Amino acid sequence: MTVTEVGKARLRKEDAHLITGRTRYTDNLTLPGTLHLALVRSPFAHAKITSIDTSEAKSSPGVVAVLTGADVADKQGSLPNVWPITAEQKAPAHPAIAVDTVAFAGEVVACIVARTAAAARDAVELVDVSYEELPVVLDLEEAVKDEVLAHPDLGTNISATWVYDSGTAGSGKPIAEALEGAEVLIERTYYQQRLIPAFMEPRSVLVDPTGEQLTVWSATQIPHILRLLLALTLGIPESKVRVIAPDVGGGFGGKLQVTPEEAITVLAARHTGKPCKYTETRSESLMAAHHGRAQVQKVKLAATKDGIVTGLDIHLLADMGAYLGLVASGVPILGAFMYNSIYKFPAYRFECTNLFTNKAWTDAYRGAGRPEATFAIERTMDELAVELNMDPLELRKKNWITHEEFPFATVAGLEYDSGNYEAATAKAEELFGYDELRAEQARRREANDPVQLGIGISTYTEMCGLAPSRVLGALRYVAGGWDHAQVRVLPTGNIEVVTGTSAHGQGHETAWSQLVADKLGVAFENIEVLHGDTHISQRGMDTYGSRSLVVGGMAVLAAADKVIAKAKVMAAHMMEASEEDIEFAEGKFSVKGTEQSTSFGDVAFATFAGHDLPEGFEPNLDSEATVDPDNFSFPHGTHFAAIEVDTETGEVSIRKYVCVDDVGVVVNPLIVEGQVHGGLAQGIAQALYEEAVHDETGTLVTGSFVDYLVPSAPDLPHFTTARTETPATTNQLGAKGVGEAGTIASTPAIVNGVLDAVRHLGVKDINMPCSPSRVWAALEEAKTAGGVQ
Amino acid sequence: MIPSAFDYAAPATVAEALAALADAGDDVKVLAGGQSLIPVMKLRLADPAMVVDLGRIGELSGVRDDGDALLIGAMTTHHQVATDPLIAEHVPLLAKAAATVADPQVRHRGTFGGALVHADPAGDMPAPVLAAEATFILAGPDGERQVAAADFFQGYFTTAVDDGEILTGIRVPKYTGWGAHYEKFTRVAQQWSIVAVAAMVRVEGGTIAEARIGLTNMASTPVRATAVEQALAGAPLTKEAIAAASSHAAEGTEPASDLNGDAAYRRHLAEVLTKRAVIAAAGL
Repeated sequence: MTVTEVGKARLRKEDAHLITGRTRYTDNLTLPGTLHLALVRSPFAHAKITSIDTSEAKSSPGVVAVLTGADVADKQGSLPNVWPITAEQKAPAHPAIAVDTVAFAGEVVACIVARTAAAARDAVELVDVSYEELPVVLDLEEAVKDEVLAHPDLGTNISATWVYDSGTAGSGKPIAEALEGAEVLIERTYYQQRLIPAFMEPRSVLVDPTGEQLTVWSATQIPHILRLLLALTLGIPESKVRVIAPDVGGGFGGKLQVTPEEAITVLAARHTGKPCKYTETRSESLMAAHHGRAQVQKVKLAATKDGIVTGLDIHLLADMGAYLGLVASGVPILGAFMYNSIYKFPAYRFECTNLFTNKAWTDAYRGAGRPEATFAIERTMDELAVELNMDPLELRKKNWITHEEFPFATVAGLEYDSGNYEAATAKAEELFGYDELRAEQARRREANDPVQLGIGISTYTEMCGLAPSRVLGALRYVAGGWDHAQVRVLPTGNIEVVTGTSAHGQGHETAWSQLVADKLGVAFENIEVLHGDTHISQRGMDTYGSRSLVVGGMAVLAAADKVIAKAKVMAAHMMEASEEDIEFAEGKFSVKGTEQSTSFGDVAFATFAGHDLPEGFEPNLDSEATVDPDNFSFPHGTHFAAIEVDTETGEVSIRKYVCVDDVGVVVNPLIVEGQVHGGLAQGIAQALYEEAVHDETGTLVTGSFVDYLVPSAPDLPHFTTARTETPATTNQLGAKGVGEAGTIASTPAIVNGVLDAVRHLGVKDINMPCSPSRVWAALEEAKTAGGVQ
Repeated sequence: MIPSAFDYAAPATVAEALAALADAGDDVKVLAGGQSLIPVMKLRLADPAMVVDLGRIGELSGVRDDGDALLIGAMTTHHQVATDPLIAEHVPLLAKAAATVADPQVRHRGTFGGALVHADPAGDMPAPVLAAEATFILAGPDGERQVAAADFFQGYFTTAVDDGEILTGIRVPKYTGWGAHYEKFTRVAQQWSIVAVAAMVRVEGGTIAEARIGLTNMASTPVRATAVEQALAGAPLTKEAIAAASSHAAEGTEPASDLNGDAAYRRHLAEVLTKRAVIAAAGL
């Protein structure tokens, strides 16, 4: 196969319509007679609903119906969690519309259905709901005490406790020995603040109940999963539901959910018999779409005086919020396998307690568990370096898996197939100018410069390509991790690729076209990628967890291989040669050792015509494949940040950011670059800007973008990005996935840099986000503590 | 994000606008650039029965030389203020502050007068106008009256503009030859000021002859840092002298505490930012 497309920095085919506004976002779609929904949401974080009076709302102009939880109690079922991480896992029932209690501020208590969106919105204020407030539990360290319960009926705030122990799992030694015999023990607690995914397109759903089937358009990452679970939740035959994810404007895990709003729109459409549409406001999105992170991490790291790590003990409290989201329970588990990161050490134990609180539910958010894990280990490696007075980069080099050691069985029980941490780090050091910046740092410290310089380092690896179905089974996830593709050959030889992945900004239409162009020798422009409609793409597991290329893309390649195999039979017949003598390259079938050849297009047309077929040959080259990965893929990288801290104001600026990522073989460098930039922005946002803050009653204080600070282009530095390319050995392309890399590595790189800038002034730690006021307060506290060294 | 229904008037003259306000009674809002009013209406934090839009009154827009002062129409946009040559020459502080307001879209829609009447304590235009000792020209049913900047800002989102009145223009004395700087501190580019300092200085030889300092978001209204102004008057043109004078910046202020910092932090910021603003204004 002559590679011409894979590796090419093509502009994305999907962009022309997106950036010129010719979009098909769900809210752009309206069917004749569509009714509009507006939702009444609880202002209280925990309360009994004592009465709901909808009479005034019902008689408001344009209102067609008002639905309360009581009205749909027998139809709405309970929204699903598909990852019971233990047999004993507890979860409260999760009605789409609250029936008798609300457990977080923003929970839906009634739904207005009206002829216009304005009429629906007007009637929201006319619904009279009486509440009896109940005590709230908001803080994880309080929740674990079980004194105030988020769901009194459940009897506890603990959903589940999950343990991985290398001693009992056989992947290493017991942790107790490592901790007891430790020459050096670093103990730290880190707070992963609650974040809001803040995708650009608010969630929107349109449901058409007319006709035989129910058609659901939704701004979702998971049309296939949504189809199955909406059907199961609402008691509708799966075959009667069609889900379409049209243009979807970002998700970051935030649209990996089966939402109350989707279920409510279906209920309203079935109730009225009319198409119904709901589009959330930004305020509703920030308040009620699932949040992410929200963990307390207690870390113990044992090491020798020479800086060799000997064991790691992690104790996690993870905030599920008020209800158990689709995969929320498993998010910390995805992190459990990554705390050891790129390092080799003999003993590891992980224990996680999933807790309910009276805040919005949490679930997957870009990286899902893995950014939290990487933050904890990378922050702690820096702390160990400080304790031992070692260069943090040298410490990492002492402990990482060397490239000769792959494949490597980790203490967390995974097998890393490939990697070259030395190469990525060497390249990053060179681009960054590590030694020069260390020299400048020393000069500034010496001069007592009001602006101090810090160098932040983070290495990382992550498990991508979710996921081998047998592993998911072992982890009690209810479904598999395969994906599916179909390659359809049109009479002209043009190609339709049908994929089970569901792009919402990733550029699959471009990348899958590049894959198939090389495989079949068909021009990039003559390939169409179809996705996101369960009628067209009947099977799939959708898009999340950096899985699309390494699972879905491999299904595309496997299906294309089957097309070639079929076409060879036809080509042999056409050229009157034996099938074994047919070679295929660059879109041409040729007979070995002769000048004879025929094009892919000719074979396609001859097959379509069907006039002269080999015996028993079906006139159809279309092929499909379902690929279940053997293993995860493990991208890795090394990130450096030069951080300036203005000690007069506490302001943090990023002077230089260098990252070298190894995501294996790259299909489209431009798309990879885009993923890295976006990921860095989101990771930096966690380090410096974003935090969902609630007041003591559980009301979200950061309820708009005035207070929930999403950085934009002027707030971010120039990124110096580069790559090394160590192919994955577990898929035919050698790709590893890139969707989450930037988010995972950048958060600890920034915080390590901030602390490196001010640690000599006596500052020991600063919680995220490292806002100017927090940095300044830490500096002041260090001063009064006499911490200046 | 749909506001409640409201009636709408778009008068073509100030007289028509005043008549529309008089007819509307109490439950009326005046719409200038809409960069604050429209969002609060969409959030239903405000639901006026009537909105009187000043956008079609041409006479309210633009900058005019008025002898020893400039007359700036209330509907002049932030972008116009930031780029107007007369303002750049005679009151560069206003241009510099206007250039920091929100983002380009907001600066092209939002107006100078609208921002002043809205009187958000974190807004960027009130403190420079206060420092510049401007005069507000109000039109009302009983004719025109003038209010000094020091009397205009009365509290959170509260000004001397009475019901039935509109702000038509702002008269700003010329500070030709003064150095000016607006030092704004935010966490992200488009944010409201956490604290900001508007500074103008007149330098004579090696001495600061006069200074005008206004503080943004250090109280429910913009405030003058009079203690700093007094300490700077006659002070040598050195960073040390400026730093010493700036240590009085937080005197008499009552800053709020919020997610971006508590009052103590804001008081500290006021000192640091005043020092930086004056140094920059003095060209040091």
